Amino acid sequence: MVVTARVATAQIDVQDWSVWYGAVPALRAVNLDIRPREILGIIGPAQSGKTSFLQSLNRMTELVPAFRCAGRITLDGKDLYRDFDSQDVRYRIGMVFALPLPLPLSIRENVTYGPRLRGERTRTRLEELTERSLRAASLWEEAKDRLDRPAMTLSGGQQQRLCIARTLAMEPEIVLFDEPCSGLDPISTAKVEDTMVQLKSRYTIVLVTNNTKQAARVSDRVAFFLMGELVELDRTDVIFTAPRDPRTNDYVTGRVG
Amino acid sequence: MDPATRRVQAADRQWRRAELIQRVAFALLFIATLLVALASVLVMGLILIRGAPWLSWEFLTTMPARGMRAGGIFPAIVGTLELIGLTVVFALPMGVAAAIYLTEYARDNWMNRFIRLAIVNLSGVPSVVYGLFGLGLFVIFCRFGTSLLAGALTLAIMTLPVIITASEEALRSVPQSFREVSHSLGASRWQTVRHAVLPFAVPGIMTGTILGISRAAGETAPILFTVAAFYVPRLPHSVFDQAMALPYHLYVLSTQIPNIPQAHRYGTALVLLLLVLSLNVLAVVLRARFRRKRQW
Amino acid sequence: MRWRRARERLIETLIRLSGFSAIAIVMLIFVFLLKEGVALFRTVPLGEFLTGQRWYPISEPPGFGVFPLICGSLLVTIGAAMLSVPLGIASALFISEIARGWMKELLKAGIELFAAIPSVVLGFIGMTLLAPLIRQAFHVPTGLTALTGSITLAFMAMPTIVSITEDALTAVPRGYREAAMALGATRWQMMVRVLLPAAGSGIVAAVMLGIGRVIGETMAVMMVTGNAAVIPHTMLQPVRTLTATIAAEMGETVRGSDHYFALFAIGIVLFVITFVVNLIADRFLHREQR
Repeated sequence: MVVTARVATAQIDVQDWSVWYGAVPALRAVNLDIRPREILGIIGPAQSGKTSFLQSLNRMTELVPAFRCAGRITLDGKDLYRDFDSQDVRYRIGMVFALPLPLPLSIRENVTYGPRLRGERTRTRLEELTERSLRAASLWEEAKDRLDRPAMTLSGGQQQRLCIARTLAMEPEIVLFDEPCSGLDPISTAKVEDTMVQLKSRYTIVLVTNNTKQAARVSDRVAFFLMGELVELDRTDVIFTAPRDPRTNDYVTGRVG
Repeated sequence: MDPATRRVQAADRQWRRAELIQRVAFALLFIATLLVALASVLVMGLILIRGAPWLSWEFLTTMPARGMRAGGIFPAIVGTLELIGLTVVFALPMGVAAAIYLTEYARDNWMNRFIRLAIVNLSGVPSVVYGLFGLGLFVIFCRFGTSLLAGALTLAIMTLPVIITASEEALRSVPQSFREVSHSLGASRWQTVRHAVLPFAVPGIMTGTILGISRAAGETAPILFTVAAFYVPRLPHSVFDQAMALPYHLYVLSTQIPNIPQAHRYGTALVLLLLVLSLNVLAVVLRARFRRKRQW
Repeated sequence: MRWRRARERLIETLIRLSGFSAIAIVMLIFVFLLKEGVALFRTVPLGEFLTGQRWYPISEPPGFGVFPLICGSLLVTIGAAMLSVPLGIASALFISEIARGWMKELLKAGIELFAAIPSVVLGFIGMTLLAPLIRQAFHVPTGLTALTGSITLAFMAMPTIVSITEDALTAVPRGYREAAMALGATRWQMMVRVLLPAAGSGIVAAVMLGIGRVIGETMAVMMVTGNAAVIPHTMLQPVRTLTATIAAEMGETVRGSDHYFALFAIGIVLFVITFVVNLIADRFLHREQR
């Protein structure tokens, strides 16, 4: 495990991807690609399959007992569900949840949780990793003097950036954000958004959001999901100014959802 | 008087009667509660008052003398402590492992529902039945004889359902999101249990275990035919030796040995009571501290 | 990496194994009781065992009828229930609905203390304090009677009954209470007409669990009931319960004798009774949750 600043090159292709929970369909035959170092925004109303899609990408869906799937997701041509171990997938494709969910450990222990479980024990490396991840998540200046305090003592926005740092500490190539600002105030939201834009230089980002304006502000491309289907995928400006599908237009102009 | 006024007066009378009934009823409820609560205080207070003067360093640390009518209860104290220690050693790892299996690994199918039902019902099986089982399995079938080992195993099995139930509850009270976060960070199932679930369930598991053990410490029926020795003039040397135990000793003193100072019995009861109560208090304090420190 | 995977698989296997064996051991109890107890029925038919009125296991010819013992257990249990059910429900009502603040906590702690007192200690107190009282009060030759046992056991069942009833009362939605009060009922009327019926199945569960505890209680009952294996006619007679019989006689039996098997057969009877009682309690407890 070498601690160097890698730059994401991985390409994800999703082909005819469908997901069911028991008998309930969540996603129907989705086709899309995710390019290296882009921010792909995913928008859509509740129950549209956004989160199911996002969790399909790092196989978190498998934790749901009744999960079934069909189709293929490939990472650089290799099948995500057949050619990889689920742990390796989650290691390469990190995830930040909707709510700030620090574990009730210290700030430092939160950041190093992933690397330590991967067997990284060297103190200097862990320290370097902690600093670099916290810097990348724009939390270093605020947290450097209290790394051993409980993570729960941070504010909500700081906690969410800690969760980003924790994900980055695993040195993933792709980071999935699941409505990362849904519990945050506007100032914290702006900070998290800034962080995401900065991360783009090195990471591929998939951002699920309920906030269409946020998608417009930060994404390069936007995908619109509705009732488990991918309705439209295009450059952000196209989606917001000249969508091809009338349903997309209704949604982004606020007429539905 | 017009009918409307009469109706109002009638309603008023009725209301007053209802109020009176309520007052009497509440008073009765209060007396009932006081009766129950005071009875326990009375029992404890009595044992304390009559037993405390008998307590001495000698009573606690010397062997019984003159057919147990004098001297101390040292071997019984040691026997009970050893019994408790061994019980924890056997029951805790197994109980926690079973709880981890049930909460983190087992799927929700008929078999696991059956297992859970069995565990719930086993915690209601009379302790004397556990004693019978221990006699049949450990003392006779496994040829451990009447020994510390057989007794501790019997108590461990009696305590298992308690530990499993408490541990399951503690594990389930750890938020599901911790598991998701841990998995999302590339942790395996066991790593998730080990680092993101178990540490936060430990206080609950400990509380449950201590409560289970405090019950085991005071039980007589399960050790009656598995460990207990009426009188052994020395401490046990190995787990295959017979041992004395406090609850059994109290039973023997109160029923088998006439002409013994009453205070000697009260003193023994007090020591047993203090042991069991301090375990209970420990559990309560632990739980309270844990609730206060809990961050999620 | 591979090494870690292997170690992990080992740990998981161990967890599964010890999980299963904990469960298997626990299942073993029934198998074992059955194996040893059923051996009795080769010489004594089941019907005779259950309805026989003579329990003289070491006489010649021996009598293995447990009917007097079942009667003894039943009498003591019914007596304990008659005391502890009304008192317990009353205490639960007072604690959950009327008492506030420190008084509530104090009363609760006082009642729960009973759960912590070892049964042999309660038996000792029953013997030394309660028995002489009963002997004097009722002018009977001995204070070690079914009544003494019932009173002692009533207090042992109390913490179970009170705490589970209290849970059931607390679980009744606020809206029920408010609706009843809004209709002009006094608080007492509300409790009797709304609260108790609404918490009904939880209270039944509480009573069943309390009774389960009483039936299974051994030491206290053995110390205070006098242990005469005859069919009792009044509460003021000595009786012998199923549990006390096992505890008192197991030490003297010869392994493999009919007497030995008979005590295991009593174990089966106890196991079945408590299992049924707990099953019923479990049903009612879950009905409450739904």
